[in-house]
Amino acid sequence: MLEITGLECRYGKVSAVRGLSMVVNQGELVTLIGANGAGKSTTLKAISGLLPPAAGRIVFDGQDISDASAQRILSLGIAHCPEGRRIFPYMSVQENLDMGCYLRRDADGIEADRRRVFERFPILEGRRRQTAGTLSGGEQQMLAIGRALMSRPKLVLFDEPSLGLAPNLVETTFEIIAEIRAEGVTVLMVEQNAYAALEICDRAYLLESGAVALQGTGAELKDIPHVREAYLGG
Amino acid sequence: MRHAVTAAWVVFLFSIPLWMTDLYILHILISAGIFTIAAISLNLLLGYTGQLSLGHVAFFGIGAYTSALVSLGFDLELTDSYTFVFAPWPVWIAFIAGIAAAGLFGWLIGKIAFKVRGAYFVIVTISFAEVVRLISLNWVDLTEGPMALNNIPPFGVAIPGLWEQTFYQKLPNYYLILVVAIVCYIVVRRLVRSRAGRAMIGLRENEALASSVGVDVTRYLVLATVISAAMAGAAGGLYTHYIRIVDPDIFLFIYTVTMVIMVVTGGKGTTAGPVVGGLLFGILPEVLREFASPEVQWVIYGVFMIAVVFFLPQGIVPAVTSWWKARFAAPEGGLGTPEGAR
Repeated sequence: MLEITGLECRYGKVSAVRGLSMVVNQGELVTLIGANGAGKSTTLKAISGLLPPAAGRIVFDGQDISDASAQRILSLGIAHCPEGRRIFPYMSVQENLDMGCYLRRDADGIEADRRRVFERFPILEGRRRQTAGTLSGGEQQMLAIGRALMSRPKLVLFDEPSLGLAPNLVETTFEIIAEIRAEGVTVLMVEQNAYAALEICDRAYLLESGAVALQGTGAELKDIPHVREAYLGG
Repeated sequence: MRHAVTAAWVVFLFSIPLWMTDLYILHILISAGIFTIAAISLNLLLGYTGQLSLGHVAFFGIGAYTSALVSLGFDLELTDSYTFVFAPWPVWIAFIAGIAAAGLFGWLIGKIAFKVRGAYFVIVTISFAEVVRLISLNWVDLTEGPMALNNIPPFGVAIPGLWEQTFYQKLPNYYLILVVAIVCYIVVRRLVRSRAGRAMIGLRENEALASSVGVDVTRYLVLATVISAAMAGAAGGLYTHYIRIVDPDIFLFIYTVTMVIMVVTGGKGTTAGPVVGGLLFGILPEVLREFASPEVQWVIYGVFMIAVVFFLPQGIVPAVTSWWKARFAAPEGGLGTPEGAR
């Protein structure tokens, strides 16, 4: 479904990704793990068109999207959940969801998808007019995920979904991501919490200084001594 | 209910000259109106896209100078043997030209804004205003420099051959400015409630997220800057044909500061905020003049401003809205700060 070959990304003169190649197949949950600065988030930005790659090819569903605009990539079916602040704090819950389908104009489809988000997260429906910044951390996370689903994506890119969340919410977040995958949406996730990520993923790539160092299923990677020492805490 | 209140306001504003015969007060209202239009335009940038333009007066002045020059005509000695002569055009066309010129410069600044944000955008806009001021001061052939452009023709309307009126009086100017202000208010209101408006608010609130949901950040920043600049240019044109003299002091930094104060105290990111702030700070100094000596005036003005910022950090309009909601309305939410202050 997604095939990346020889990807290179630079911020000015500093190169963050150097010749990365990877594949995500339809229906998989793939995760990228690695230390800070390994190029995980940069890779996601390159896929979603927020950072045009300096070299390499990104092919999605048979189309070359290396130089496509962020709008075009989104409308092809790739949604990006960036890291950090995940919501528009001064918009209402409903307005946040509407931003998620900003590029769509099919009012009926949007309404149906909004219903589905509210069915998945009933608590959001009760708060649809509430200012999003006043939601709890967990609710904001649900809202962020709901918003990503509003563009009706085939592939969702999650950037550090567990960052800054309380431990019990981390678990809930991973459960929700697993659920989304179970419904047929392909997921590519960047995660610092390598242990949890390897638990739920089908396959994983370990990035080191901008390229793939190791790859395999979650269980395989967990058994590799280097991974255990450096990323799983022994 | 809301419509009734709005209608009552409009009727009230239109009726003022009927019972208010004091020309001095009418003059204050006209100047406050011109500043309100400028504040409305600044609010689009500052309140909705979150970009602080501290050179906003440049657009105002460019509109004023362009409109004045097009309506007066000018000669430019380009070489020893060739002089470019620009014949005077009707005032309305000059006014449109001023709006267009300001909008064009807005487009340039908007393009730069894509590269520089935050503090750098502030510096770019301040420098821009200062450069324009120095040009207006030193390009004496064109602008008359500190001698100012005089005898600028006022607006006027005419039915050819039958009837005409030139706006020498305060009364028609008052109505003209009121109508333009209402048009600007409606334009901003419609804009911020449209898809484009959602995009602008989105990029103010969380730019990374906005671009990840497919908002074309550059496009909407440029759009907002162009509309905002054009509107400020319109205010400048109204000013120039009302006062009928324009000099480089129009570009002084203090005018930008006044606009920012109006927007921030009124409530940035609300449609009514700049109107409330514009009228308040347009009228307040003149009211104070009645019963306080000049030194005391500015002290009161300053203290009032600090009090507003201290007690109502979001601005007057959001504070009143939330008080009203808490007091009377059902806790439905959504109206107070949806497009509201940060």
